[in-house]
Amino acid sequence: MDPILQIEKLKKKFGGVVAVDGVDFEVNSHQIKAIIGPNGAGKTTIFNLISRICPPTSGTIRFKQHKINELKPYVIAEKGISRTFQNVQVFENMSVLENVMVGRHCRTRSEIFAAIMNLKRTRAEEKRIHDYSLEMLSFVGLETKKNEAASNLTFQQQKLLEFARALATEPDLLLLDEPAAGLSVPEADEMAQFVYRIREIGITILLVEHNMGLVMEVSDEVIVLDSGQVIAEGTPREVQNNEAVIAVYLGERETENANHTKS
Amino acid sequence: MGRKNILSLLILAGVILALPLGLGNSYYLNVLVFVGIYSLITIGLSLLMGYTGQISLGHAAFFGLGAYTSGVLSTKFGVSPWLALLAGIFVTGGIAFLIAAPALKLKGHYLAMATLAFGYIVFIVFNQASSLTGGPSGFGQIPRFRLGNFLLRSDVHYYYLVWTLVIVVLLVSLNIIHSRVGRALRSIHEGELTANIMGVNTAKYKIQVFVLSAVYASLAGSLYAHFITFLNPTPFGFHFSIVLVAMVAVGGMASVWGAMIGAALLTILPEYLRAFQDYDILIYGSILLLIMMFLPQGLFAGILRLIKKER
Amino acid sequence: MSLGDQLLQYLFTGITIGAIYGMVALGFNIIYSATGIINLAQGEFVMLGGMMMVYLTAIIKLPMVVSFFLSILIVTAIGAAFERAAIHPLKSPSVITLIIITVAASILFKGGAMFAWGKHTVSLSPFSGEEPISVLGATILPQTLWILGIMAATVALLILFFGFTLTGKAMRACAANRTAASLVGINVKTMVLLSFALSAGIGATAGIIITPIALMNYDRGTMLAVKGFSVAVLGGLGSNVGAVVAGFIIGIMESLGAGFISSGYKDAIALVVLLLVLFLKPSGLLGSRERAEFKKF
Repeated sequence: MDPILQIEKLKKKFGGVVAVDGVDFEVNSHQIKAIIGPNGAGKTTIFNLISRICPPTSGTIRFKQHKINELKPYVIAEKGISRTFQNVQVFENMSVLENVMVGRHCRTRSEIFAAIMNLKRTRAEEKRIHDYSLEMLSFVGLETKKNEAASNLTFQQQKLLEFARALATEPDLLLLDEPAAGLSVPEADEMAQFVYRIREIGITILLVEHNMGLVMEVSDEVIVLDSGQVIAEGTPREVQNNEAVIAVYLGERETENANHTKS
Repeated sequence: MGRKNILSLLILAGVILALPLGLGNSYYLNVLVFVGIYSLITIGLSLLMGYTGQISLGHAAFFGLGAYTSGVLSTKFGVSPWLALLAGIFVTGGIAFLIAAPALKLKGHYLAMATLAFGYIVFIVFNQASSLTGGPSGFGQIPRFRLGNFLLRSDVHYYYLVWTLVIVVLLVSLNIIHSRVGRALRSIHEGELTANIMGVNTAKYKIQVFVLSAVYASLAGSLYAHFITFLNPTPFGFHFSIVLVAMVAVGGMASVWGAMIGAALLTILPEYLRAFQDYDILIYGSILLLIMMFLPQGLFAGILRLIKKER
Repeated sequence: MSLGDQLLQYLFTGITIGAIYGMVALGFNIIYSATGIINLAQGEFVMLGGMMMVYLTAIIKLPMVVSFFLSILIVTAIGAAFERAAIHPLKSPSVITLIIITVAASILFKGGAMFAWGKHTVSLSPFSGEEPISVLGATILPQTLWILGIMAATVALLILFFGFTLTGKAMRACAANRTAASLVGINVKTMVLLSFALSAGIGATAGIIITPIALMNYDRGTMLAVKGFSVAVLGGLGSNVGAVVAGFIIGIMESLGAGFISSGYKDAIALVVLLLVLFLKPSGLLGSRERAEFKKF
């Protein structure tokens, strides 16, 4: 098993708040790994550090043995990491197909002068972008919506569109930020099927998810995070029986109940 | 770039060819030359503002830099107007590049104020560097363009020259819009960070489109200088930067066609408003305010939507 | 005059003009804090204040004190009306739309002033005498003392307002977090209206007190707005202490630049400072970097 992603002593402070506090873990090629934990545990922050939305305070992130925490987000995409977003971030006023075609950007080359001259090879490349993107759209079942504005899609369809857009970048590692959040039970089941199918193409998956059913069903390994620290790691079964984990989750349920009664 | 655009371009070319036959009057042709010159700038601004979502309140400065480089080189150093035009493009493009890299890290109001400040500084330099620019009173006797031995001297000549270049610039811009780069520009407008994470080098494209729009403005400036044959700083101040933004906003930012319509409207309208003398500024401000409040997509998109509804 | 005297004289001039810039910057800050909007018509409030004061004293022949407060009141009402008419009806406008709307408003104010009062430059007699007071070899006009005094009073009133009144505290809450403010029952829309009214009033005050020294013209607003914005950015957008300090810094730089370098390039100084601050440290002298980063537009 060779690790595709290695995270060492990763730390992120926002002002005085330590969101991620010395996290170490690895993701192996072709596995599906999940990060779980209560709200505010630092899960999404870890994703944002990997895709370099913000720089880590300290620690290193290695992708395929190369340090990537100094790189710009678009370079990280070029290296082969793509992602989806917790609250979907589609390009609303662009068509569904165009959204996916933007994902194809980092695997194609025609620059502004080629565009101005409208060269033969530019047109050929544009056709390849179009065809590949259409293929990704069919993969998620949205090919009939290709000319719709992305803002006209349902929430689930927008999530699928994000899948297609991310896949168009030909990633080796795909970060899925709460793929099932906001979806109904059958929709979430559908999502689980997609996660499997993406792995079958040979893509490694790291996901953050609250839906325990989905996590336990699809993951090979689970990391549990609490207050920015890893408190457990292992197979779904191991984690489910871990006492520290149970304590954290029971604790959360209690505070959640308390909050509900308050409001 | 799609059949619709090719058809529109052909229609435009036809209208341009035919118009001088219908308009014997040189006054209208003169106005149309200005419409063409301003269209060159607004097409670039539409790429920058409408497609990429980056505002500039300083584009009159690039228009002025083109005009002054062209005017000064050809008048004081005997450079041929064509070479001077090219030099203008390089000088303006270079300055735009230097300013773009730090400025385009800024967003929204900050970018607006940075470009405004840049425009003001350039305007002050036009006024103060009198040994080159003649200061506030300017300088004249700028040579006109020649094609071989043929001197372009009448409005008709300039009409054809300017509008040929408009067609070329439109073609270039439409090609960009309908390419991988154009898609990247729009993705920046939609969500810069998301575009970046999806693999788009957002900084690079923002700089490219800024420089390109400055180059268009410089080209327009050179045409202006060799057409009017006289330059002073007044047309290149803050006020004109706002007029340019107004043209793009009125026509519709997200379309190069809208940008041209805006340039035409706001060039021709003041000619009629002259009857109102000083009131024109009030009418102008009201039009701008009302369109931004009720038709923020601009007239072009508004009319298109109406037509679609009718069907 | 010796070099030292000259320096002192420029310093006094700089402090006078700096006080005005600082007040314009305060106007920017108040609207920005409440709404996230940079009101590009801010300079027009200053111009309107000065023009209105001249109109009321010279044409209507009202007493100085009455004209002073009435001018401020009228411009405050104009600011509020502008917010109601052009900002309030907008539903989730884009930044570009907002910028163009405030620019359009500034064109309208400018046009209105020209329409009402003509294009000529107007003057106003100083509040108390024109006899310069000599201080250490340099001179100060009595109006300068008025300017500094009224600025100090304005700042003091703002501190009292934001620190000790419920409305002021509610406005500060909006500045810190609009969503949270509305959740605890603060009427954010009213606060936006108030912020426009308040900053129009402060702008008008600045315009009134500077007119005896610098004259006024329908066309002066834009440059004052740009200078005021430079000051606001140098001080850190949203920081009122920063605005006052940066006002003096830019005022003094400008007056020294005009005296020792070139009066023609005087106006460029604030602009160059603005560009440098925006390019190197957009959070300004006293603004925090994180705040600048998070207040994305």
